[in-house]
Amino acid sequence: MTNNFVFEPDLAAKKIHIVREFNAPIEKVWQAFTDPDVLMKWIAPKPWTAEAKTWDFTVGGTSLYAMVSAEGQKHWVYAEFTAIEDGSAISQTGMFCDADGNPNHEAPKSYRDTKFLSIEGNRTKVDSVITFEDESTIKWFVEGGFKEGTVMTFTQLDELLAVQ
Amino acid sequence: MDIRRDIYQAIADPTRRAILTLLTISAMTPNTIAGHFGSSRQAVSKHIQILAECGAVDQDQRGREIFYKLNIDKMKEIDRWMEAFRKLWEIRFDQLDNILKDL
Repeated sequence: MTNNFVFEPDLAAKKIHIVREFNAPIEKVWQAFTDPDVLMKWIAPKPWTAEAKTWDFTVGGTSLYAMVSAEGQKHWVYAEFTAIEDGSAISQTGMFCDADGNPNHEAPKSYRDTKFLSIEGNRTKVDSVITFEDESTIKWFVEGGFKEGTVMTFTQLDELLAVQ
Repeated sequence: MDIRRDIYQAIADPTRRAILTLLTISAMTPNTIAGHFGSSRQAVSKHIQILAECGAVDQDQRGREIFYKLNIDKMKEIDRWMEAFRKLWEIRFDQLDNILKDL
């Protein structure tokens, strides 16, 4: 079954649009995005793992988790929840972190609005728009937000090395 | 050259993005580039200088004139990072497919 994955960067508008369909009912997909125990199981690309340090899923609440490499290297990912529509939408503001996971409130931020839609066949569509506050954050986003891009590059490198 | 400059600074400004778009058509002299913009030649010249410092454009001396052309390899850096970010989300969602089966 097709999952209709969409990934559309618009550098000029400082936005990136990400869409994906899942073969599961909306309640389960919602849980997978909002229950930290479930989220940590899929948010880091293997062989990286994710560890939640803070998870306060309320408006004004914050989340902090680390993506951890096999060698124990950590990349912190911090966000504040700015709006929650139970079962259908989440808005969050992402911020840079230092090496210890402390957010930098002065640095440019990113905003992610995610909508969850029930679609035919008891399936779910997740539609996210990430917006960057400042032109310079394009770099941040291109590097993947808290070096997630770096994580990917390392993962791809691992895969490359594995087949050689 | 200021080594702190990187390719992302090249695209961080609307005028510079417009210059880069213009240069996809052909290499141009600073005067020709400036002719496409309402801003002053000095302002456009400054943007070209930044683009050169970022490595986004290269100089091409033709007789007495200097032409600026796109440095395609440098611009591909952006594509590579974007691809890494796209791949990250793709892998995450594939992992989520598996989690949802057992949820």
